[in-house]
Amino acid sequence: MKKDIILAGVGGQGILSIANVIGEAAVKENLYLKQAEVHGMSQRGGDVQSNLRISDTPVHSDLISLRGADLIISMEPMECLRYLPYLAKDGWVVTNTTPFINIPNYPSEKELMDELEKIENLVAFNMDEMAKKIGSPRSSNMILLGAASPFLDINPSALEEGVETLFKRKGDKIVELNIMAFREGRAATVDFLKERNIF
Amino acid sequence: MKKEEKARRLLLGDEAFALGAINSGLSGAYAYPGTPSTEIMEFIQGNQTAIDRDIHRKWSSNEKTAMEEALGMSFCGKRSIVCMKHVGMNVAADPFVNSAMTGANGGLLVVAADDPSMHSSQNEQDSRFYGDFAMIPVLEPSDQREAYNMAGYGFELSEKHGLPVLVRFVTRLSHSRAIIETDKDARKENDFHYPSKPEQWVLMPALSRKRNKQLVKDYVELAEVSETSPYNCYIEGKDKSLGIIATGIAWNYLKEVFPDGIPYSVVKISQYPLPEKMIKRLSENSDRLLVVEEGQPFVERKVRGELNIGLRPVYGKLTGEVERTGELTPDLLRETFKKIGMEACGEEENPLTPSKVVSPRPPALCKGCGHRDVFQALNEALADYESPKVFGDIGCYTLGYLAPFNAIDTVVDMGASITMAKGAADAGQHPAVAVIGDSTFTHSGMTGLLDAVNEDSPVTVIITDNLTTGMTGGQDSQGTGKLEDICKGIGVDPEHLHTITSHPTNIENMKQLFKKEIDHKGLSVIISRRECIQTARRH
Repeated sequence: MKKDIILAGVGGQGILSIANVIGEAAVKENLYLKQAEVHGMSQRGGDVQSNLRISDTPVHSDLISLRGADLIISMEPMECLRYLPYLAKDGWVVTNTTPFINIPNYPSEKELMDELEKIENLVAFNMDEMAKKIGSPRSSNMILLGAASPFLDINPSALEEGVETLFKRKGDKIVELNIMAFREGRAATVDFLKERNIF
Repeated sequence: MKKEEKARRLLLGDEAFALGAINSGLSGAYAYPGTPSTEIMEFIQGNQTAIDRDIHRKWSSNEKTAMEEALGMSFCGKRSIVCMKHVGMNVAADPFVNSAMTGANGGLLVVAADDPSMHSSQNEQDSRFYGDFAMIPVLEPSDQREAYNMAGYGFELSEKHGLPVLVRFVTRLSHSRAIIETDKDARKENDFHYPSKPEQWVLMPALSRKRNKQLVKDYVELAEVSETSPYNCYIEGKDKSLGIIATGIAWNYLKEVFPDGIPYSVVKISQYPLPEKMIKRLSENSDRLLVVEEGQPFVERKVRGELNIGLRPVYGKLTGEVERTGELTPDLLRETFKKIGMEACGEEENPLTPSKVVSPRPPALCKGCGHRDVFQALNEALADYESPKVFGDIGCYTLGYLAPFNAIDTVVDMGASITMAKGAADAGQHPAVAVIGDSTFTHSGMTGLLDAVNEDSPVTVIITDNLTTGMTGGQDSQGTGKLEDICKGIGVDPEHLHTITSHPTNIENMKQLFKKEIDHKGLSVIISRRECIQTARRH
């Protein structure tokens, strides 16, 4: 088993939390893992990404090669496009469709959607909206994690344990909401894949 | 003690080293925050063993004070570390270089985290040169496991040879996590004991001349130690057409591009001074040599010159086969093999081209940040002058250079705002405004301010005080609550020392105050204050 994953988003959107949950689950599953993060200056509203590599054999490089990513997971639609040169031929993109507009030359909605539609294997939906629906607008990153989870080859219960560990400090209610967000995201992708007769 | 018990943990390279140091009997950590080194100290501050043992773990004012404090602890026989980003080595250079002359008593590890590609820095300097220059051995972990193990190994090396040891990190190791096995128990701390050769710690010329001879001898001996280091190795390959020297993290990339095994002989290096015999053997057994190293061509220069390996072709950064700047990647290494006409391995078909609709998204000051108010008010205040110049400094407020503010003319190094503004004023520049953060001010701004006080230079210094070290994530700032007293103590005229609140509702007052002091034909200091909104959210 080998999964090379690029996590993308804008500083402050919570992609490191997603990486942490997957990482802790990988520890429990006795897998090898390397996860390169971005800290420091670019966290201030700039584009951020994390290279996450999981395998049942030792992982050498901390960085993923061009055309090497099995999965791009993105909190933001334009940010997933930034890393397309890294997507493997049969790789998947799972992205939130809510734009984060903090630059003057952000593409139009049409331009963005046209580009997304060109991606062969794409799961894209409005995760901010779904998070609001379940009454936890700050949990869109856990919806994204859930939406990406069918592609991870990691037991979902191990991921849910990771979500619990991450939010434990903030109380039972927050844990519950984030687990719910995870499950909603996962169900959305599973339904989508069923419709398309994949898996 | 059940020393053999191990725990599996997911740790950043920085954290792995920090835990390794604690588990090897650390008594004191000293540091000034700097990406990508900050997480070493932060890990120690949150570690239960460190708390129980009351290991020293408070931030220092700058890298020089941190280095000297760690050296003082080493003098008393205790194990200490000092951590900084690469440019911090420039600040700590004086005590660092001279610590080779005093030597170490308790194990002393100096961590310099280099930032190839300048993810969060102003240059790409390679700290290995400092080690070589000072005649201090260098460890360069290739992965998180080595980062953990090298702490204990480094302390032993330091104590055995009576020298500090430089540990060189790079961003990609500092900020990458991996699962490693760690010890469950921590070794006990060293007993308090003074150096066996006290005269070595007094660097008077007569004593230093004697010591220098010994140091040169010791450094030759350390090259022998490198030949048998567990972190250096010679790996025999079948194909003799090429021999590869791979240092630190470059070793991982090499393994990555040859997933089925490297066909060539390789010398893997993670401990310096260089194992010359190993390299000569590689050279004798290979038609050509390739040097892959993260950072500047440090090993390559030695291989081409100093080591006298004969006339074999050497490929590397100096001749362009390896990318000269920026960090290495597996993709760049594949390019290198193509350039030298070798089979590139593990290469995928042509990658997709980046989408045309993607725009750069540079970092920006947070919405609601007080620095924004300072730049807005300053821009308005300066609008009436013909040729104002604003000398900036290192911190979040460096982003004031970018749109929409475009408010800064220079950014060089920690503290340079005040001193460059003074030099410009000396040359006749007016208005000459310095903008500096609170933590940067206590790091390296105070001494420069004394220069300006002594000449009553016509400079307006704005200390934009957010009560924290913001850019690195909100560490304690050494001057918090003391800035007015510090300025008064340095001798700033109280009539031209002001405190004002940075706030969108206060722009007009800020602007008027800035203008008034810019028109004053002498030194003024304005402390413009509001807490960082990132740290305020954590209350």
